[in-house]
Amino acid sequence: MQTRFGNDETASGVGVVEPSHAARVPVIGMRGVGKSFGAVVALRDVHLDLFAGEVHALVGENGAGKSTLAKILAGVYAPDTGVVMLDGVPVAFSGPAAARAAGIAVIYQEPTLFPDLSVAENIFMGRQPLRRKSGIDRRIDTAAMRRRAGELFARLGVQLDPSRPARGLSIADQQLVEIAKALSMEARILVMDEPTAALSGVEVDRLFSVARSLRSSGAAVLFISHRLGEVFALCERITVMRDGGWVSTDLAGATDVDQVVRRMVGREVSSLYPKQETDPGEVLLDVRGLTSRGVFSDVSFSVRSGEIVALAGLVGAGRSEVIRSVFGIDPYDQGEVRVAGERLRLGSPTAAIAAGVALIPEDRRQQGLVMELSVERNATLVRRWSLSHLGLLRRSSERREARTWTKRLYVKAANLSDPVSTLSGGNQQKVVIAKWLATTPRVLLVDEPTRGIDVGTKAEVHHLLSQLAADGVAVLMVSSELPEVLGMADRILVMHEGRLVAELPRAGATEESVMFAATGHRERA
Amino acid sequence: MTRMTTRHEVDDATLASSSGATSVAHRWFVARELGIVLALSLLVVVTAAVNPRFLSAQSIKDLLLGFTILAIVAVGQAVVIITRNVDLSVGSVLGLSAFATGSFFLASPEAPIPLALVVGTLLGAACGIVNGALIAAARVPALVVTLGTLYVFRGIDYTWAKGRQINAADMPAGFLRMGTATVLGVPVLTLFAVAVVVAAGFYLRSYRSGRELYAIGSDPDAARLSGIPVGRRVFAAFVTSGALAGLAGVLYAARFGTLDANAGLGSELNVVAAVVVGGVAIFGGSGSVYGAALGAVLLTTIGAALPVLGVTPFWQGAAVGALLLAAIGLDRALAVRVATRLRGRKARGD
Amino acid sequence: MATEQSTAVDAPRGWGATLRSWDAVVILAVVLVAIVGSLTIDGVSSPRFWRFVTIEMIPIALIALPMTFVIITGEIDLSVASMLGLSATVMGQLWFLGVSSLPLLIAMCLLLGASLGAVNGTFVTVFGLPSLAVTIGTLALYRGLAYVVLGDRAVANYPVAWTRQVISPIPGTTIPWFIMVVVGLAVVFGVVLHATPIGRGLYAIGNNVDASSFSGINVARTKFWLFVITGMVSALAGVYWTLRFASARADNGVGLELSVVAAVLLGGVSIFGGRGGLVGVLAAVVLLGVLRNALQLAYVPANTLTIVTGSLLIASVVGPNIVAMARQRLRQRRSAAPPVAGA
Repeated sequence: MQTRFGNDETASGVGVVEPSHAARVPVIGMRGVGKSFGAVVALRDVHLDLFAGEVHALVGENGAGKSTLAKILAGVYAPDTGVVMLDGVPVAFSGPAAARAAGIAVIYQEPTLFPDLSVAENIFMGRQPLRRKSGIDRRIDTAAMRRRAGELFARLGVQLDPSRPARGLSIADQQLVEIAKALSMEARILVMDEPTAALSGVEVDRLFSVARSLRSSGAAVLFISHRLGEVFALCERITVMRDGGWVSTDLAGATDVDQVVRRMVGREVSSLYPKQETDPGEVLLDVRGLTSRGVFSDVSFSVRSGEIVALAGLVGAGRSEVIRSVFGIDPYDQGEVRVAGERLRLGSPTAAIAAGVALIPEDRRQQGLVMELSVERNATLVRRWSLSHLGLLRRSSERREARTWTKRLYVKAANLSDPVSTLSGGNQQKVVIAKWLATTPRVLLVDEPTRGIDVGTKAEVHHLLSQLAADGVAVLMVSSELPEVLGMADRILVMHEGRLVAELPRAGATEESVMFAATGHRERA
Repeated sequence: MTRMTTRHEVDDATLASSSGATSVAHRWFVARELGIVLALSLLVVVTAAVNPRFLSAQSIKDLLLGFTILAIVAVGQAVVIITRNVDLSVGSVLGLSAFATGSFFLASPEAPIPLALVVGTLLGAACGIVNGALIAAARVPALVVTLGTLYVFRGIDYTWAKGRQINAADMPAGFLRMGTATVLGVPVLTLFAVAVVVAAGFYLRSYRSGRELYAIGSDPDAARLSGIPVGRRVFAAFVTSGALAGLAGVLYAARFGTLDANAGLGSELNVVAAVVVGGVAIFGGSGSVYGAALGAVLLTTIGAALPVLGVTPFWQGAAVGALLLAAIGLDRALAVRVATRLRGRKARGD
Repeated sequence: MATEQSTAVDAPRGWGATLRSWDAVVILAVVLVAIVGSLTIDGVSSPRFWRFVTIEMIPIALIALPMTFVIITGEIDLSVASMLGLSATVMGQLWFLGVSSLPLLIAMCLLLGASLGAVNGTFVTVFGLPSLAVTIGTLALYRGLAYVVLGDRAVANYPVAWTRQVISPIPGTTIPWFIMVVVGLAVVFGVVLHATPIGRGLYAIGNNVDASSFSGINVARTKFWLFVITGMVSALAGVYWTLRFASARADNGVGLELSVVAAVLLGGVSIFGGRGGLVGVLAAVVLLGVLRNALQLAYVPANTLTIVTGSLLIASVVGPNIVAMARQRLRQRRSAAPPVAGA
């Protein structure tokens, strides 16, 4: 199958044809598919048709079952109930290899590369070109492999050295390798699970033109995303899922963002960004000339009591890194961090916590929680010393503390002694917040506080942040969601390539002005 | 091709990509084995300068014989470690196979030598099957399983031997001659080792399933997602390791002639040391069997060189330990430097 | 994926739940072996038998305490037996050179052990090297240094008072009093692990290093001190070893590291860290000791006993895994039930 890429037609966005599906057999048909893990039902009774020559969006909140569905198509999971049909014939994949052989390529949310192997090997792992087509001499043709990888990158319009190791590639480059891998399989069905999460605007465009060219060459693309703007820009049909079940499938032209959001949430959403006006008090967090070589340089700002300051910018601009250095997770080379006038010791989260700083990190599962420990032990982990008496921890005071905070944040957990991994994403995030609010911070650093949680919990989190600011906490927030930034922040600091390039007051900030600064344009349009 | 109009979408920084960083990384991978060769040459040159007899024909022959067994076991261990596992049972497998070889010749003194090699190797492979099955099927960590089978295989060995010793007189002369015979000055046993190293190195480099072992060690979850039969490959790695330890056991019998149940006792950590000194990352994914074999050569040569240099042989253990620490420390330092360079060259402008 | 794991996870939940878990299985096994042994093997019920079990198991029990901590944080220390050996030889050499005060000798050994542990800790936490590789290196290095110190000599002419004292029984029993030292340390270690913020931190580190440092736990410092403590306790075991055998030799305690690791793992501590407790580990130490000595009395050759050790170790990890897999399968079969997890 020839998958032409980057021809005029697709690059200009013309030629989006509404496929007429009535008469055709879908390449993938899912009929009543269900899947559960232990007591948790991830998918139930899902119906989905995927036709050749369409880009089909799959949207839904976190926990709606999208990734499980992708993994069923990838052959990673076998459905418990229902059937998956390929070209109208029921199939049961014995594993990822079988799905791949059937022409299904999957790009996962997080790149799954082998850091020790070369880029070319990553692309062709298990399918490396051989020196001879047949016979017992089944040696790999390394030169051919490199050449073909080079050709793929040329088609994608990027320059990556096929023989460099995958270790050290940026997330965006890793995604490119994944895309090249999918292209190299000449797949008939391409599943992309939140592929744009880590990409910048240019890279998203590039990905879209790949998807379009695959479509025009007759492939079926399933595009899983949170970002509805992208969904409407790219896809012809949109399927909404909620709580593991199918909700609706519509032509993109026959619906709109509001309707899709309502279906995702299952209710009307109001007052997403309720930042109350406050009078900023004294400066609580003061950062001067913070520099970490090769990561960010000369970052200076301050946050006052009662303020919410947003740190905006593209992924990779160094926002999370600044926050990590402020909190002491990473060391920095120059500059200083003061909390209420006192200088913080470099590289010591313990000192930061003692000074009243809290950090709600970007990656909930990796950095926020110890998934195997119980809800209460997670909730009291930071306060374990202050909760102990003569050096001994008492269960009763721990439990009381945990109960207080989980209640205050409406954490839905069957039992506080259950592992935190059994909670839903939104509730996990609430436990992270509870764990830090329990320390009664003066300065709260939050990194992507609402990433991957459902819309309902999102509103709760926003309300909470606003309330905290009203109570006099200084809040510094990193967020990639512009509406959130614009709605929540009193001031917006914009970073570009490791530098602060703009400071916008709430009144003067628009999506355009923030993006303009974030992409490195100094003068305003 | 179809490299047409998308060019305008590509920002210049991406075009000025990282070929420089690549060669840094690439050079390092090649240099790793070269480093051991250099260290080895230095050691030999210095030792020979102090005492020229170190390079006498007999001494070289001893040296070559000395590392043969360690190198063969190290190759098997390297294959396992590359998949992010470890096989602690190799010493016991070697011992069991060595004693089995002796018993085999006791039972059938007329048996052809190749048959003994096959029997020993198969016995080792059987031990490897036990390890591999427990690890791949029951999904149990290799460190625990092979620590367990270290005891079990050795226990079987003891129970079988019942304190007996098998002497050189009990084995066919032809078999024992194989232990000392040379071809053009090179001991026959060493040729076995060379054959094993070359075959394993070639396989790991040039075959899909060989490359998949690296992929598994590099990221087991990603390997599973990309359709690599992880369980089967890991199983095969343990069978290989077992089989090579079994082969080494037969060669051990041929070389030393006197066998009790203690052959290879406690050698497992020495084998791991050789592999790691040879540049195989302890957490898998990188390194080569050539490196592992060179590591074995280096460790053995140190042992042989110390007395020649006038150092009491009691220093040998300490030297091996210090060398291992130096090797992993150096690897780490280099990896950090390469990583910084790769990051430095990244400089993307989007 | 997390939901799949949750069944197999046994988060520490205090003493009550502890007794319902793997610990209980191991304790039950000890009781069973003791009862069956007393009924079927001559001598197992005699006080002398327990005296021998105790004397023999003391070094393993001692080192198992800090080893449990180290493995719970996801690291490993294979150099313990070499630290034991090196401390023993240094003690012998110092005695040989005329240091004749026992407290001074012990203090110097502990100091030595602490420094050896600090070397391990430095390599692991400062240079960021994997502890498995580092301690295989120091295993060779420290044992090598032991040979450098004493060569193949043995220092054996200690005052009889010392050597007799270390295994002299608690009045009225046959159990050597040194067990009190072990019990005392075990209580301290147990309380620290299960009832203090430090212990809580250790489990957190073993489960998730990132989340731990984001929660203000100083991972590197914690691990460093664990290695130091492991060194000190190994040195203490070295002193005991020297006096108990009245002999300091470079090969004291060779291979002991694997016995210790085997006991810790058999006691239910996960090799990946984050799971397990001291009760199970101590029960496993006793189990291995009783089993060994009982079978020896039954004329099972000592060397054959390694089969039992190894099989127990394998069973201890394979067993729970198979149970968990079976349980999972059962649950899946029943799970046509309505959804539990919303949102």
